[in-house]
Amino acid sequence: MVAELSSSNDFLRAAKADYKYGFHMEEADYTFKSAKGLTRDIVTRISKMKNEPEWMLKTRLRALDIFLKKPMPRWGNSKMLDDIDFENIHYFVRATDIQGRDWDEVPENIKKTFDRLGIPEAERKFLAGVTAQYESEVVYHSIREDLVKQGVIFLDMDTALREHEDVVRKYFGTIIPSADNKFAALNTAVWSGGSFVLVPKGVKVEIPLQAYFRINTENMGQFERTLIIAEEGSYVHYIEGCTAPTYSSDSLHSAVVELIAQPGSHIRYTTIQNWSNNVYNLVTKRAVAYENAKVEWVDGNLGSKLTMKYPSIYLMGKGAHGEVLSIAFAGAGQHQDAGAKMVHFAPDTSSIIVSKSISKDGGRTTYRGLIKAYPGATNVKSSVRCDALLMDENSRSDTYPTMEIDEKFATIEHEATVSKVGEDQLFYLMSRGLTKEEATTMIVNGFFEPFTKELPLEYAVELNRLIAMNMEGSVG
Amino acid sequence: MATKAILEIRNLHVAVDGKEILKGVDLTVNAGEVHALMGRNGSGKSTLSYTLMGHPRYEVTEGEVFYHGQNLLELTTDERSRAGMYLAFQYPVAIPGVSVSNFLRTTVKGRRGGDLPVKEFRKELKQLMANLSIKDEFLSRYVNDGFSGGEKKKLEILQMALLKPELALLDETDSGLDIDALRTVAEGINTLKTADRAILLITHYQRMLDYVTPNFVHVMQGGRIVKSGDSDLARELEAHGYDQIAPELAGSAL
Repeated sequence: MVAELSSSNDFLRAAKADYKYGFHMEEADYTFKSAKGLTRDIVTRISKMKNEPEWMLKTRLRALDIFLKKPMPRWGNSKMLDDIDFENIHYFVRATDIQGRDWDEVPENIKKTFDRLGIPEAERKFLAGVTAQYESEVVYHSIREDLVKQGVIFLDMDTALREHEDVVRKYFGTIIPSADNKFAALNTAVWSGGSFVLVPKGVKVEIPLQAYFRINTENMGQFERTLIIAEEGSYVHYIEGCTAPTYSSDSLHSAVVELIAQPGSHIRYTTIQNWSNNVYNLVTKRAVAYENAKVEWVDGNLGSKLTMKYPSIYLMGKGAHGEVLSIAFAGAGQHQDAGAKMVHFAPDTSSIIVSKSISKDGGRTTYRGLIKAYPGATNVKSSVRCDALLMDENSRSDTYPTMEIDEKFATIEHEATVSKVGEDQLFYLMSRGLTKEEATTMIVNGFFEPFTKELPLEYAVELNRLIAMNMEGSVG
Repeated sequence: MATKAILEIRNLHVAVDGKEILKGVDLTVNAGEVHALMGRNGSGKSTLSYTLMGHPRYEVTEGEVFYHGQNLLELTTDERSRAGMYLAFQYPVAIPGVSVSNFLRTTVKGRRGGDLPVKEFRKELKQLMANLSIKDEFLSRYVNDGFSGGEKKKLEILQMALLKPELALLDETDSGLDIDALRTVAEGINTLKTADRAILLITHYQRMLDYVTPNFVHVMQGGRIVKSGDSDLARELEAHGYDQIAPELAGSAL
């Protein structure tokens, strides 16, 4: 097998020279690549190729009907959404029949990709388990033996459906039904890959589990499906990262992630989204938190063309707590439309949203959030803080906070700021010998610090490096 | 005393937003010298310090400035810093999210070049902090964010001690300090007084000059230096006020 690194589209490379993940591999040896376009046949074929039970095929086909019927959202960035050509996308691509348990079992060119992305190295250093998805399916999977012994299940979703069908059937689509929104329907129809995590009662997984998602093919659609169940009193930290080659035409990433935090459990879900700038990233993420459970979405959006993503937490049980801590970075041609939803159903529930965004070179960021407290949710506490930093006059930031509080005695705080990188801050740092670029990077890193400090050290270092790369050559 | 000129300012005119603030400043500072620049608010003292450090809002409309014989006005702010200039700000700027320790390490590393051995740097830093009566917890706070006036001034002096500039411009470093802090800060400044360095102290008041003795004192008014003398001039000013010392200019100019 010959692995070749082809150079990506030169124009885009020049425009986004700092995106170092824009390379792609030859795909001569792929097992299967569906023709472009979405049909009942394709959906049926995906299900058959995976030897799925009948109920899943039915679920998929129902979802397809919903997807086809539902209109495109008329909010967010309608213009960009309308540009998606659903007929120009490969909905299922199987790069290899093999799922390696050892990197040596993974086909050479795919292994090379993940080597370049630093995944095996990260795994050796500080991860308890890894799944690596390449195109539509997971090509590598590992979990530490001691976790297996404690009953922790960490599998790709396809394998989980085969090996733990009852559990998957019990929870699949219960948090995010296919009719939730057009893209949740699309995902349910053509889902493939993603992670399944089950942490048994009382088990604390102290070291993070990581999933890495890589798109390689042009005009690819990646639709992973993730379900995490934390049983009573358990803890898990799940991290996902994603990148794609830079192409001149668009790809689509539309995931569905469902989290279930049973009483007293704690789930932290960290995302570093760094898609290339030709990827639509339209993701539905929702968690339910039962009594005294805690859910945290730590959500970093650096890449993609258009991201629309609003991680939600439904606080179902007394004393449940939810946090969304997100950053968004939008450069030229990018729109990060992100936010959070906290829905309080029970008394004494609390939530915190911190959103930080940076727009530069005409990039656009939007915060869109909801705080909702239903009758009976007494003594709710919620605080929302949105800070936007504009790097130049051409960039844009908007905030759309919604509060619907149907219960008295709630404590709700909301604070929003928009600022510009100040001449005086730059002057102060430059008077200490930092170049304008270094000074800007320091200000930006400081702005993102509340987010960065929540990441494992290795990721924090990587994120700061990514930000520095995004700042290069950008300061005139 | 050495007579090598570090800074030469000739007929410097500076405008901010089109309004002329400096109207022909001449000043030469030689190695080994401490100069005090005194004057009322609005006399142009801070404008001079910002201009020398290259703030983009301060436009030089006429005149020349040489630093070690080199045209200073051609250099960007960071180049001036790396050439050995330092400005202790009257109003230091907050950089939220950036810890003092990270900030100091980054700036000192940038200045000294190459690797900065962590252990040695830490040792040096701890010593300087002890000299300035700065507590350890200071390092994990964000740069000037929520600092008291005195804390800000101490951080300016700490940075100066680490960066060891050849030409230090101290803009109202004494303001907002209580007497103990003033003494501590003055000691910090005095350790920088060596034969190959120079200091330009900008101040309203005599009190700093009780601790840092200047070789020359200049009085600024209406965008010009109107009177120069030795350290006695500062005491005269303290005793008699600006009106008597430079009566011909009182209330005019600006």
